[in-house]
Amino acid sequence: MSRGKRLALLLSTFAIFALMLTGCQEPAKSVFDPKGTAGEMNLDLIMTAIYIMTFVCAVVMIIFVYVLIRYRQKPGDNSIPKQVEGSMKLEMLWIIIPIILLAILAVPTLSTTFSLAETPNEKDALKVKVTAHQYWWEFEYPELGIKTAQELHIPVGKKVHFELTSDDVVHSFWVPELGGKQDLTPGQTNTMWLDAKEPGVYAGRCAELCGASHALMNFEVVAQEQEKFDQWVAKRQKPSSEPQTAEQEAGKKVFSQNCMSCHAIDGTKLKTKGDKAPNLTGISERNKIAGLLENNDKNMEKWLKHPDQIKPGTYMPSFDFLNKKDMNNLKAYLESLE
Amino acid sequence: MATIVVLIVFALFLGAILTGGYNKQMLARFRSHWLWDWITTVDHKKIGILYLIGGTIFFVIGGIEALLMRTQLFYPNNDFMVGRTFNELLSMHGTTMIFFVAMPLLFALMNAVIPLQIGARDVAFPFLNALGFWLFLCGGLLMNLSWIFGNAPDSGWTNYVPIALNEYSAGTGIDYYVLGLQISGIGTLIGGLNFIVTIINMRTPGMSFLRMPLFTWTSFVSSALILFGFPPLTAGLFLVMFDRLFGANFFDVAAGGNPVIWQHLFWIFGHPEVYIVILPAFGIMSEVISTFAKKRLFGYTSMVFATLLIGFLGFMVWVHHMFTVGMGPVANSIFAIATMAIAVPTGIKVFNWLFTLWGGKIRFTTAMLYAVGFIPTFVLGGVTGVMLASPPGDYQYHDSYFVVAHFHYVLIGGTVFGILAGVYYWWPKMFGYLLNEKLGKLNFWLFFIGFHMTFFIQHFLGLFGMPRRVFTYQPEDQVELINQISTVGAFLQAVAVVVLVINVIYSYRNRVPAGNDPWDGRTLEWTITSPPPVYNFAQLPKVRALDAFWHEKMNGKKELEPAEPVGPIHMPNNTHLPFLMSLAFFVSGLGFVFRSNEVGALGLIFVFLVMFMRSFEQDHGYHIETDEIEKTEKGASV
Amino acid sequence: MSAQVDRTDASAGLPAHPERATMEGRNKVLGFWLLLGAETVMFACFFGTYLALRGSSMDGPTTQELYQIPMVALSTVILLTSSLTSVIGVHGMHQNNYKKMMFWFGVTVLLGLSFLGLEIYEFVEYVHEGHTFTGSAFGSAFYTLLGTHGAHVLFGVTWITTLMIQARKRGLNLDMAPKFYLASLYWHFVDVVWVFIFTVVYLMGKVS
Repeated sequence: MSRGKRLALLLSTFAIFALMLTGCQEPAKSVFDPKGTAGEMNLDLIMTAIYIMTFVCAVVMIIFVYVLIRYRQKPGDNSIPKQVEGSMKLEMLWIIIPIILLAILAVPTLSTTFSLAETPNEKDALKVKVTAHQYWWEFEYPELGIKTAQELHIPVGKKVHFELTSDDVVHSFWVPELGGKQDLTPGQTNTMWLDAKEPGVYAGRCAELCGASHALMNFEVVAQEQEKFDQWVAKRQKPSSEPQTAEQEAGKKVFSQNCMSCHAIDGTKLKTKGDKAPNLTGISERNKIAGLLENNDKNMEKWLKHPDQIKPGTYMPSFDFLNKKDMNNLKAYLESLE
Repeated sequence: MATIVVLIVFALFLGAILTGGYNKQMLARFRSHWLWDWITTVDHKKIGILYLIGGTIFFVIGGIEALLMRTQLFYPNNDFMVGRTFNELLSMHGTTMIFFVAMPLLFALMNAVIPLQIGARDVAFPFLNALGFWLFLCGGLLMNLSWIFGNAPDSGWTNYVPIALNEYSAGTGIDYYVLGLQISGIGTLIGGLNFIVTIINMRTPGMSFLRMPLFTWTSFVSSALILFGFPPLTAGLFLVMFDRLFGANFFDVAAGGNPVIWQHLFWIFGHPEVYIVILPAFGIMSEVISTFAKKRLFGYTSMVFATLLIGFLGFMVWVHHMFTVGMGPVANSIFAIATMAIAVPTGIKVFNWLFTLWGGKIRFTTAMLYAVGFIPTFVLGGVTGVMLASPPGDYQYHDSYFVVAHFHYVLIGGTVFGILAGVYYWWPKMFGYLLNEKLGKLNFWLFFIGFHMTFFIQHFLGLFGMPRRVFTYQPEDQVELINQISTVGAFLQAVAVVVLVINVIYSYRNRVPAGNDPWDGRTLEWTITSPPPVYNFAQLPKVRALDAFWHEKMNGKKELEPAEPVGPIHMPNNTHLPFLMSLAFFVSGLGFVFRSNEVGALGLIFVFLVMFMRSFEQDHGYHIETDEIEKTEKGASV
Repeated sequence: MSAQVDRTDASAGLPAHPERATMEGRNKVLGFWLLLGAETVMFACFFGTYLALRGSSMDGPTTQELYQIPMVALSTVILLTSSLTSVIGVHGMHQNNYKKMMFWFGVTVLLGLSFLGLEIYEFVEYVHEGHTFTGSAFGSAFYTLLGTHGAHVLFGVTWITTLMIQARKRGLNLDMAPKFYLASLYWHFVDVVWVFIFTVVYLMGKVS
């Protein structure tokens, strides 16, 4: 190995680091910047592990580099090195030190594992039932009598006790800034708790391969101050779902003919409350359509017309057969839902 | 339609075999063709080469799949390969790389080297050895046929249910996965069994267990892991197959099934599998480092026991793949501690390698570069492994790109570097000529830099919230640049592989004869000609120490003392039955895939028929006479 | 391999342990033990699956309602006896007594067949009672575990029969000895698996 080549390697490594640092000064959602207690607990442990492992890597690298430079075969040197069998002392050293390092990691690991598995006190916690579907999230607040989808509202500073299950395949619930993930398995209910320490909108992802649109099964957690959260709850409990204009009235009719068997809207006198697809109560106030597109009129039409192009494999059928008027009325109705 | 195709193929096959439909001349021409020799071979050296070719072809396929995925991820919301297509790519990439690349390439080296290293003329079961190869090939082909006939498996290499059931994965994609793996899995199992028996029963006089080269040792332990690790996969695949093809309800929640059973069975297999592919690589590294440092392996005995311990613990840790399944803190804690424990024997290995280098005279050949490059790379993969062992950390890492980065560090930085080191190291022994060192070094540096460029930053992708197995990300995630660097790195690796292929062609055209011992080797394989004669050793050597050849060299001798006089050597006959049997398995698999249970069953019946044909065959092999051996040996020394 | 004994002369009488007299024989015996190890793991997985799913009988009959211990006990006795007869067969082989070997292996095959007959009868009964492969997860797990065992019995019966045909043609020699030995080893294994099935599936099914 010539000196030039080693230099090239070193430089390219640095180049990668430099690029990386410029590229990710502010990643949107980072495990390193937790906004909740669980996330902080995870991070504490991650950092402990990183420190220990950096130490291990440093020791290995120092010996490694030293050995490679010091013990190269010099040209013309054909002597036979001393054949060493081993060394009891040295080998004991690298058995015992790793054990000690692992013990240092193991103790907080165990205590954190158990604290994260605790069930929060009934009174202090908000209960949310999460049901995953291909490819959307259903959030139910059993104590408040609210059902919503794609956008999870939680109060700041309060533990949220999740009950997680799936309606079809295995999914995994992950809000990187608030904490770790938990699988949602059909036929099984898992629990976990999270909280948010400051208000904000936190991105959530499905982390277990669940089908064609696994990559797009996004959701958002909106953490609000208790007061604002209560307002939101009040509004969800008494939604304004009845049409105000003739256009909206016509839209409701289109809805009842085409959408009702899958989608529910609370606070209306529709005959059925579909439960195969997201509950659309107050959809105009959500940040996103389908958890993915910015909530505006253009995107709503795009989604209604060609959902399969936006989320491959979605169960939502295409509604491009609606005539222009029906489409506009339907949109007007949906956009009036508060 | 498909059924008809299968039926026609089957009828042709049946007709040709049973009636001997071709005339005698045809048969004779068939038999004298060079291809027939390769199809019927039971010589472990040739089977090794076959594994090498098969593994390389699948490596190229799996690599192209990887490049397509990285291309898709170059921009956020790219629409090059989306949805199910992307899922098919990731599933086939993972499955191919593990089952049809890593394992066969290791089997290639094991076949080529182990009998030579223990001083054996053959493996214990030459017939099974050939069968193992053909089953692997049939399984691999069957699975890759899915690209041509309809759709490929799309539920990841882990094939989690219910997403892999009919209801959620329409078409026959998963059936290819299930049957392809089932068939190649049988091949792997008997391959592993063959090596265990070979190593236990066929060692030359004096080759005690604690004098075996470390590659033989690690392959031995790895074979034992295959033996006990593959049956859970077999069982699991049966359950999925029954659910998909025959309406069973193992995983259907509505009928009382439980999808977590599959996860357990898969990972009871899956974790040992990781050690199955890494342990032989450890062995290769030990051989290469020791040879090119001109030093005896530091702490040989502790290396052996570390290997055994890793193998044993490998079965105790599968739940760390399932920390987020919700099995409670007690189970998670127990398996966390067990997983961390594996770091200890692994650490022993790393430090023993470093201290083998310490005080040596290091020669940087390409093989050695790969071995040396392996150490820091594998240490990185190892420490992230310990980080993953801690459940609260894992809740964040799990199923994110952090995991992707971790296992590529282990599987490429460990296994692939190991395989490439082994290929450069043993190529002269297998083929009789050396690979070009200049191209080799270029190949190494491109691969090494490309590899780190692709995967190092993926650790951060995971920590910045990018789940694995996603076909896209959103612009607001701010992970575009990292993905682009990663993609560029992937293409750099592809260039490195192209250089490797050029090297093979170039070195073949400008052959530099290797001689018996091009590297100043230490073990038995370097005492015989390259490539070795069909019987390997004219006289079995008498082993007097660890690193037997080196020991004799140090005592001023040029070769080992023979343990027996020259005499006729018994060799097994070539046979076409392994090929035939694998073909029958293939037809059966294809039948089940096309939901034609009759064809599937017929194929299986034919498998048993071939089995009984073999049982009734009185195959006593043949003898190579003394004068022929002497002639060959003289020819070699001239 | 070079140290192989010439096997063309069978009449010269066999050594004390003919199955281990040749390198090939030794390899086969060791290899077969290992294969049985792998089979054990596979059966363990099916047992595990069964235990996890045996409660999920859905609309079909439960384990208590279903199992008829007397008939299963009869099956058990038959299979255990067949294990014994195969031991006597191997004993005959060790004594170089061709007739004794053939007779007792023949009895083993017959007992194996009667076991299979009983099992098929039992399955037919169960299906009539509504316990089917596709009816529930319990059904799937039950038939997979027992079916795999049954398939092993069937394979064993066929295998031993084949060996007997071969032995009729070739007599008892160093080639045949390891084959018979392995077949009997296999038969014991199948028997042991059945003992576990009897305990874990039937007895525990009656109790719980």
